[in-house]
Amino acid sequence: MTHRFSRDDSNNGKPLLEVRDLKVQFPTPDGLVKAVDGVSFKIHRGETLGVVGESGSGKSVTFLTVMGLISSRDAHLEGEVMFKGRDLLKLPEVEMRHIRGKEMGMVFQDPMTSLHPMYRVGYQIAEAVLAHEATSKKAAWGLAVDLLGRVGIPKPAEAARRYPHEFSGGMRQRAMIAMSLVLNPDLLIADEPTTALDVTVQAQILDLIDRLKTEFNAAVAIITHDLGVVAEHCERIQVMYAGRVTETGTGDDLFYRGHHPYTWGLLQSIPRLDAGQTQRLLPIKGLPPSLIFVPPGCAFHPRCPYVMDVCRTEIPTMRLEEGEHAAACHLSSEEQQRIFTEKVLQQT
Amino acid sequence: MTTTSQPSTQHVGVRPLLKVSAVRKYFPVTRGIVFQKRVGDVQAVDDVDLEVYPGETVGLVGETGCGKSTLARVITKLHEATAGTLEFDGEDYTHYSRKQMRPLRRQMQIIFQDPYASLNPRKTVGSIIGDPFRIHRIVAKDRIKGSVQELMERVGLSPEHYNRYPHEFSGGQRQRVGVARALALTPRLIVCDEPVSALDVSIQAQILNLIEDLQTEFNLTYLFIAHDLSVVRHVSDRIVVMYLGKIAEIAPQADVYRDPKHPYTATLLSAVPIPDPELAKARRRIILQGDVPSPINPPSGCRFNPRCPRAQFPICATEEPLLREVGPGHTVACHFPLADAGDLIEDSRRRAGSDSPLPTPPAV
Amino acid sequence: MARYIARRLMWVLLVVILVTFLTFLIFFVIPPVDPAILFAGRAPSERLIEEVRQSLGLDHSFWVQYGLFVKRIFLGDEYGWPGFGLSFVTRSPIRENFLERAFVTMQLAIGAAVVWLILGVLIGLTSALKRGRWQDRASMGFALFGVSAPVFWLGLMALYIFWEKLHWLPGTGYSSFSEGVGQWFLHFLLPWVVLALLFAAFYARMVRGSLLEAFGQDWIRTARAKGLSERKVVYKHALRASLTPVVSLFGADLGTLLGGAIITETVFNLPGLGTYVVRSVQNGDLPVIMDVVVFASLAVAVMSLVADILYAYLDPRVRYS
Ligand SMILES: Nc1ncnc2c1ncn2[C@@H]1O[C@H](COP(=O)(O)OP(=O)(O)OP(=O)(O)O)[C@@H](O)[C@H]1O
Ligand SMILES: Nc1ncnc2c1ncn2[C@@H]1O[C@H](COP(=O)(O)OP(=O)(O)OP(=O)(O)O)[C@@H](O)[C@H]1O
Ligand code: SF4
Ligand code: SF4
Ligand SMILES: [Mg+2]
Ligand SMILES: [Mg+2]
Repeated sequence: MTHRFSRDDSNNGKPLLEVRDLKVQFPTPDGLVKAVDGVSFKIHRGETLGVVGESGSGKSVTFLTVMGLISSRDAHLEGEVMFKGRDLLKLPEVEMRHIRGKEMGMVFQDPMTSLHPMYRVGYQIAEAVLAHEATSKKAAWGLAVDLLGRVGIPKPAEAARRYPHEFSGGMRQRAMIAMSLVLNPDLLIADEPTTALDVTVQAQILDLIDRLKTEFNAAVAIITHDLGVVAEHCERIQVMYAGRVTETGTGDDLFYRGHHPYTWGLLQSIPRLDAGQTQRLLPIKGLPPSLIFVPPGCAFHPRCPYVMDVCRTEIPTMRLEEGEHAAACHLSSEEQQRIFTEKVLQQT
Repeated sequence: MTTTSQPSTQHVGVRPLLKVSAVRKYFPVTRGIVFQKRVGDVQAVDDVDLEVYPGETVGLVGETGCGKSTLARVITKLHEATAGTLEFDGEDYTHYSRKQMRPLRRQMQIIFQDPYASLNPRKTVGSIIGDPFRIHRIVAKDRIKGSVQELMERVGLSPEHYNRYPHEFSGGQRQRVGVARALALTPRLIVCDEPVSALDVSIQAQILNLIEDLQTEFNLTYLFIAHDLSVVRHVSDRIVVMYLGKIAEIAPQADVYRDPKHPYTATLLSAVPIPDPELAKARRRIILQGDVPSPINPPSGCRFNPRCPRAQFPICATEEPLLREVGPGHTVACHFPLADAGDLIEDSRRRAGSDSPLPTPPAV
Repeated sequence: MARYIARRLMWVLLVVILVTFLTFLIFFVIPPVDPAILFAGRAPSERLIEEVRQSLGLDHSFWVQYGLFVKRIFLGDEYGWPGFGLSFVTRSPIRENFLERAFVTMQLAIGAAVVWLILGVLIGLTSALKRGRWQDRASMGFALFGVSAPVFWLGLMALYIFWEKLHWLPGTGYSSFSEGVGQWFLHFLLPWVVLALLFAAFYARMVRGSLLEAFGQDWIRTARAKGLSERKVVYKHALRASLTPVVSLFGADLGTLLGGAIITETVFNLPGLGTYVVRSVQNGDLPVIMDVVVFASLAVAVMSLVADILYAYLDPRVRYS
């Protein structure tokens, strides 16, 4: 690694990032939007966490808060975001700024609009370096070119001198990844990095993230709504619904022994490319809930086919199954296993 | 161009509901502010032949910019074709005027991708769905409301929402409005241009099921466009794969995953992530280099040749492969169609091993 | 780019010719006073008037007269190039007088433009950064006032308050730079501010709007995500993007500024082109009117061309297309 400056590698063993009971609430004229409502999770080095859930389930808000891009000025924040032993929510903005971009990088959904249209791509990457390191402009530019090459952009020295509108969507997303990795961060957050891209380009980008994760020994969080993406690229998966985590576990845990009716619903509503005979899809009925008037009890209960009385009043807590597999549902473990093998496995 | 290969065995003797022959749509590229000069063409759709038979669903897939929407717009005469002919139930309507199109419009409807942009925000949902009734005067004025509410109920909207505005609806509900509007005139053919691409998976499944149910109920024929291969495969009887304005492969639904013949189809399939960790691990993926090139100056010969792991030069760069039949109802435009999908993995490995990496096309 | 500029220059020429032609036509068809009578002095005889008419070329047809005018402008006359001609009223060459007055107007216009840009950007920036707070409301209140207050009224009110009542400023008239920087500045201060206010208010609103739009952009979030300081995010990223369109508008608005200058000069009694043209219209001094019109339309067209080129330079998306 040619461009490493320094890194604090002291806290091995402990998770790199641990979020505890995070709540983010936006005051709006219509009422308080409970975008994130008690979310807890961990990410370790060398691991990819996949975060899935429907639109508006609080995936982006969770990670924007981790990055400090949503602060107490924008919303009411509660909980802890422990990153390398510090609680980021308590950090003053000046210090937070030095973590952003240096220790944590973020790639956003829309590569077409995520780069400044009037600055050269190389400059925008070099700027990230200069914001954190006391190096010369020339060295920063050299680093930018180096990174562009490593994310697979042909002729990086020339490409660095070009403007974003001269790049295709895939190249822009590569440039974004280069920008977020240029200082060799410990955590890379990719918020729907491929949603706006074609599948063949998506495959290139996800492959790139996989490779860079190993190369940089970083932790990665991929936010997506594509179950296929998490199945192929993530070690651990976290399913979110209405601002809460409903189920978390490894890919195998969720796809082969899922415990939450919402996870089942997701699995049953996607058409599968590899399905022998195409079966009828089983959509989740109804609509995602409002985040201002979240249904009491289990937020999923108005749409859940297995709803019980207790679900309407009591919020289910995360119950550990085996290993790190946990789900927040009032159904008993046995019941869940029975339904999964009898109904869900049949269908998917 | 071999159009003879089109009808699959089960369609012998049946007249296609829609017949598209050698259709082209070029958009001129001009330069200059005062005096515009034509400096080239965007070859959005180039020599496309396609037949859609009554009662079937033909799926059309391909990456951004390959001409799917343009083809849909040419078929529904929202664009004028640059060349070629269009026939609906044997009737050549390529050069029909707006007025001549009117009776055909009733039989051929289109549903658009963006449930936000395609509905007039200042009109109530009731009047949006009822518009076709009024325009074509097929329902008495005092009966319009009743008919609209019936339709709303059929597509899963509450009839009480008759007087609501589109912005009060979610994406999935708006798409239902779009479906109801298309159904109002009981058309025979509905062209669906990415009807579920903007929706969440759970809502997407609701709409896909609705589209399927309506097909049997109203005896509809669909041309279903999407960039998501799994969605297309789920709804279609036959699948058309497009690349850069041309048809690469037409295959029966059952064949496309099991037995793709075109290298592009195979790479597309291997790029689609599968929600099954075991399978995903076992699968060998082919990762294409580069992006889809510009349709302004498409590559010569086979348009896929700069990215194709199987390309052999010079033939792939000089001679355009024509669609030819490789199995019942299965046609492919490639000089070296795959015997089985494993071939391509071999090809790409050989490529990677040799000193010449895949050529990277110029950025677009 | 060179071809683009060449083509735009052709346009400038076309616009100037068109504008002068229309002005010429208006004053030819409905002259306020017969210029020959004006020129011939007090109680002239018929013959004298006729002679004057001939010597001024007023006996020719409209087309010939217009042709002569164009020829004079482009090829110059006995007093130099470009040809400014002879005033009907003073019977002397316009040239010297014109250049002097043009210099005054230029000082007024450039000063006002500077004031307006600084005020506009500063106010727009403040109110965008303090969105929804009292600074924002105060700024937008000012903007509303500036946009709706007529220049004429504003000028008189300012004079009344700062000169008549408070005696802070030396009052109307022109004091040249060579007479002392302080006096020059004080004499120009009020005209600058009054003239700039309308535009400053307008630009403040525009800058605020485009800044707020920029703040909502994804690339601003990217800039923050890479750990730039808030200052860099605002001044380097947001402001750069939102000022670029302002530049192209600025060029176009300089023309309107010239219009405002006429009123300002009248109110503050400045010997610029504005007062000159007003007087000439009253006197029917066609050559002066034509000179000012040519000058003004040329200035407007060239300024907007410069602004467009600057815009293309600032925005690479335009530059390369
Ligand atoms: N600044 C804000 N003010 C008010 N509400 C907000 C704000 N930002 C986000 N929200 C709301 O918070 C909820 C969660 O949004 P978030 O962007 O996290 O969803 P998401 O899971 O990322 O969805 P998507 O898949 O659409 O990106 C949404 O309902 C959104 O409207
Ligand atoms: N009105 C137009 N004028 C010029 N070019 C156009 C026009 N409409 C489409 N194109 C071009 O034609 C090509 C095909 O576009 P089209 O919209 O048909 O693609 P598509 O396959 O529908 O893509 P997507 O998946 O992005 O919807 C593109 O390169 C596009 O830029
Ligand atoms: S808690 Fe009840 S409503 Fe919620 S998912 Fe479990 S069974 Fe369904
Ligand atoms: S014709 Fe050649 S380049 Fe085209 S797909 Fe077939 S093998 Fe590849
Ligand atoms: Mg999001
Ligand atoms: Mg399209």
